[in-house]
Amino acid sequence: MQRRTFVTLAVSAALLSFTSGFAYAQEVVKIGASAPKTGPLAGGAAVTHWPNVKMWVDEVNARGGLKIGDTQQKIELVEYDDQTNPENAIQNIQRLATVDKVDFIVTPYSTGINVATAPMIAQHGYPHITTSAATDGVEEFAKRWNNSFWMLGTATQLAKGAVETLVKLRDKGDIGNKVALVNVTDAFGMELLGAAKPALTDAGFELVYEASFPLGTQDLAPVISSAKAASPDAFVAFSYPGETFALTEQAQIQGLDVGAFYVGVGTAFPSFAARFGKAAEGIIGIGGVNTDDPKVKDYMERHQASAGQGPDFWASATTYAGLQVLEQAIEQAGTKDRAAVVQAIKDGTFDTVIGQVKFQNNVNPNVWTVGQWRDGAFVAVAADGIEISQEPVKKQGWE
Amino acid sequence: MQILVTGILLSGTYALIALGLTLQYGVARIMNIANGETLVAGCFIAFWLYVSFTINPILGLFVIAPLAFVLNWLIYEVALRPLVRRAKNRGQLEVDSILATFGLMFLLQGLMLLAFGGEYVNYQFLAERFMLFGSAYGLNRVVAFCAAVVIAGALYFFLYHTRQGTAVRAVAADPASANLVAIDVAKTSAMAFALGGALTACGGALLSTFYTFNAAMGIAFTMKALIIVIMGGVGDVRGAVLAALMLGVAETAVASLIDPGLTIAATYALFILVLLVRPQGLFGRRTT
Repeated sequence: MQRRTFVTLAVSAALLSFTSGFAYAQEVVKIGASAPKTGPLAGGAAVTHWPNVKMWVDEVNARGGLKIGDTQQKIELVEYDDQTNPENAIQNIQRLATVDKVDFIVTPYSTGINVATAPMIAQHGYPHITTSAATDGVEEFAKRWNNSFWMLGTATQLAKGAVETLVKLRDKGDIGNKVALVNVTDAFGMELLGAAKPALTDAGFELVYEASFPLGTQDLAPVISSAKAASPDAFVAFSYPGETFALTEQAQIQGLDVGAFYVGVGTAFPSFAARFGKAAEGIIGIGGVNTDDPKVKDYMERHQASAGQGPDFWASATTYAGLQVLEQAIEQAGTKDRAAVVQAIKDGTFDTVIGQVKFQNNVNPNVWTVGQWRDGAFVAVAADGIEISQEPVKKQGWE
Repeated sequence: MQILVTGILLSGTYALIALGLTLQYGVARIMNIANGETLVAGCFIAFWLYVSFTINPILGLFVIAPLAFVLNWLIYEVALRPLVRRAKNRGQLEVDSILATFGLMFLLQGLMLLAFGGEYVNYQFLAERFMLFGSAYGLNRVVAFCAAVVIAGALYFFLYHTRQGTAVRAVAADPASANLVAIDVAKTSAMAFALGGALTACGGALLSTFYTFNAAMGIAFTMKALIIVIMGGVGDVRGAVLAALMLGVAETAVASLIDPGLTIAATYALFILVLLVRPQGLFGRRTT
């Protein structure tokens, strides 16, 4: 199921020919995108990835295109579905590079597929700005593939943020020392668990219940009832959207009485708040954005208008910011030469929806790590290197 | 006690997933790989009816069941009948039908992507507390379980206490001999396939009240259904229900008492065990 979307150029070309000369107007920047439209990660990509790609292309083209040197070039987007399959993703990148001969590529979606495609992207020298990969491998990957940039932070940052939030709540007297810790058994869940467990014990928390479950488990009633039997003060789950929803529903039904309820990925989706309504209030999870920031507010409104749905409160903004970095780097470099753009990303400082981005050894160190649902917004309550939106508060029941 | 109740509720879900396939595979001899997609389509239609027209999913069944029945009948007549005619033996039909329904799977998936996008979808229906023996369970799961009992009961009555049902069982047992006693095998097969599709879609509608689903997750349901059907004995409703019950209780017990990470291992261990002891499935008949 491969599909190409060609941006129609006829009207704009005619308009532009008056201002910048016909020859220039015909030149376009070809940008390739490969990410899941089907397969297990299609659900996440449809919320976080594709709407941002579309919105960015539309916005840039509405402005008249990218300023490259003294020309203005519109973007022509070539889209492929990788079916959430790393092998397909690699083939797609190869095809984009050799058959479609695109000038630049948009990052693939998810940690696994970004890592899988990184060698192929590096081989063709494209700048590879990942915005949906959160892993402790980023520094090593950034070293191995000089053209790759990592914007979403590391598993350790995320896990530390979670623990810091619990510590804050404990210091305020909102919760006690007992934590139930569960995770999904894949690379993501294990990595966060590996980082969170020592951090929790170092902070003096007692793990009263630990369990793991395979990806795709939707019947999580036993997990919640066992956790409940251990009467924890805080519940922490590193889970994917399906499990995140199922765990929360079970916790609500069984009335899991905790002062801190942490789940995610998926907590940051607008559909999470839509599904749980008032019960979502006070739930914490991976992500969060600073909703007080006018730039973020504006971004969310534009996203709503463009996609007919709001962005998620985590990687959506980062994904858009990654595209802004690419855009500004191309304009700063003033050329479509890939190596020059890679260098521009390394050297430059970029003004994005998630604030000033300046890469250190190809890694963006400043990320929001924990969000909390407060009055219909998932606000950042923990961060590394940047401002948080609000201090965390205790979860007050499920009604 | 809580483990038992949770397990039995879960088994209701599994029975809903598997009953349709057991008819389609057992009677119509179509190994329907698109079973999971049919189920997810049921989820989406229930969701759509609920969100757009506030028709509650239980009433929605009365729309979804006939619709799915007609559509599956058409699918059988258009896409699968030629394969049945062409097939020289059962093995060939199985291979052909797997390939054909594989295509059907992609078609259904694509249509759902087009209509609903790839997002995760769920909605709130009866996600309330239901107290049973002092523990809380989701009311939607209890309702789905009750519906599963009603559906399985009705199916059992139909198959074992009506003339038409007996014909269906006869075709399942031996299509060639069924022909000899004036049973319209072609029509009965088509009916069984359509009925199976309708059951699967109803299962989807009920599941949608407590599952988070998206257009791409049908295959997980197909796998589960396949295990249950084979474990129960191909084409036997009682076997499928019993297998669903065993899996539901075993998974919940393992998740509660040992580790939730081992539920899949428990499923397959049980599956292998059953196949070792009774290769034909719990209620299956030994091939002669």
